[in-house]
Amino acid sequence: MQDLGISILFKGINFQRLLGGLWVTLRIALITIGLSAAFGLLFGLLMLSKNKIAKGFCRVWLEIVRFMPQLVLLYLVYFGFARIFSLDLSGETSAIAMFTFWGTAEMGDLIRGALTSIPRHQRESAAALGLTPAQIYLHVLIPQTVRRLLPQAINLSTRIIKTTALVKMINVTEVLKVGQQIIGQFYRQPDAAFWVYFTVFLLYFIVCWPISVLAGRLEKRWA
Amino acid sequence: MDTILRVRDIKKSFDGTGVLSGVSLDIREGEVVVIIGPSGCGKSTLLRCINGLEQIDSGEIWLRDELISGRKKDMHLIRQRIGMVFQSYDLFPHMNVMDNLLLGPVKALKKPKEEVEAEAVAMLRRVGLEGRGQALPRTLSGGQKQRVALVRAMLMHPELLLLDEITAALDPEMVSEVLNVVIDLAGDGMTMAIVTHEMRFAEAVADRVLFLEQGSVVEQGTPEQFFHDPQTDRAKQFLQSFTYTSKRERS
Ligand SMILES: Nc1ncnc2c1ncn2[C@@H]1O[C@H](COP(=O)(O)OP(=O)(O)OP(=O)(O)O)[C@@H](O)[C@H]1O
Ligand SMILES: [Mg+2]
Repeated sequence: MQDLGISILFKGINFQRLLGGLWVTLRIALITIGLSAAFGLLFGLLMLSKNKIAKGFCRVWLEIVRFMPQLVLLYLVYFGFARIFSLDLSGETSAIAMFTFWGTAEMGDLIRGALTSIPRHQRESAAALGLTPAQIYLHVLIPQTVRRLLPQAINLSTRIIKTTALVKMINVTEVLKVGQQIIGQFYRQPDAAFWVYFTVFLLYFIVCWPISVLAGRLEKRWA
Repeated sequence: MDTILRVRDIKKSFDGTGVLSGVSLDIREGEVVVIIGPSGCGKSTLLRCINGLEQIDSGEIWLRDELISGRKKDMHLIRQRIGMVFQSYDLFPHMNVMDNLLLGPVKALKKPKEEVEAEAVAMLRRVGLEGRGQALPRTLSGGQKQRVALVRAMLMHPELLLLDEITAALDPEMVSEVLNVVIDLAGDGMTMAIVTHEMRFAEAVADRVLFLEQGSVVEQGTPEQFFHDPQTDRAKQFLQSFTYTSKRERS
């Protein structure tokens, strides 16, 4: 009883180490989300373009991303491409590249869906009021697109955050990996694993839950 | 009285299929023209050509003494002078009623917000929607939405108002609350082109009836004449389709 497993979190800098790992997780996720939003906009517009080749290209990309396990893609980038093209890709860069490849397609499809879900009459009744094309976009089309998009985009973001746990498989020391290192140090403590993993669980929860609540709120408000 | 709209022999086809084959129409100031005809005859297309939502293939459209067909760049300036309300509820769902009403006058006409707001409040009261300015469109009934859409168009003070079957999507009990607003506007001298399937309303509101079939004007006249003494067989048949014979009379 003298040494509860939970106490190992407060030994030395263990908790700070976990937070450091969490920061790696978040850094990868945030950069990925930012890049996916930017490239996703292009991707979505390409899917809506009249160019058949561009459309087909996007479709194939999206399909690959949908049916391929993320881990396979991650290995492909980190162990495959990096070696073949003898690129000196760090685990983190590989991870961001792979997650952006995935996020771009998913985000692009969401953007395409949001843009096409605005009924034609919205544009026409705005035009009938004598608004200029720019005003129609600014006041009528873009606000509605964003409202449809934002809840789904936020949900995608939480999926990206939690999927970053995979990067420990390519030797990126994110929060889960740090947790395992700590457990390894305290292998004599039978309940160490529980407390460490429980803390990791809490950290993910603290990050993702508010985001998910926000998405739910927005969805309800803008339904 | 001045002629507000002059439509001269306009033609329009979609993918090679003729929809309007030479339609001409003049509307004088304060006149209410009701356009009726079977489904698919080109009524909506005619209205959409007038405010430039569709480009005509040939012919001319004049608003007062300005040629408005075939323009691209400044069509929004023309549309500021022509109001249009559609069949589907086309309020902007992300804005409350008041913001829907203000958008056109404030952004397109650059009128001061307070001025438009005061007018909007008065107009809402007039159509029986007092105090609903903060309501979101999705909390309104279909009839209420269409009344708001009418107010939104009227706040632009258009020289001409185009109404395309504005009650077609409504539950029957809400039709009259909307049509009464239109009759009210007609009483105020609003110049209108109205497409409708409500024959009694057409008869009540029209100064002139235009019967369109397969993209041409088959017959036109006063409502008295058109509804009670139609001249063409096609008009007779069309009007016949709106009357029902009881079981007793048939046997
Ligand atoms: N954008 C379009 N592209 C192709 N065909 C069209 C288009 N708009 C209208 N049409 C066709 O033109 C014809 C006339 O359509 P329009 O909507 O003007 O008829 P309408 O008289 O308003 O009919 P309704 O009473 O059903 O509203 C129809 O056959 C329709 O299918
Ligand atoms: Mg129609």
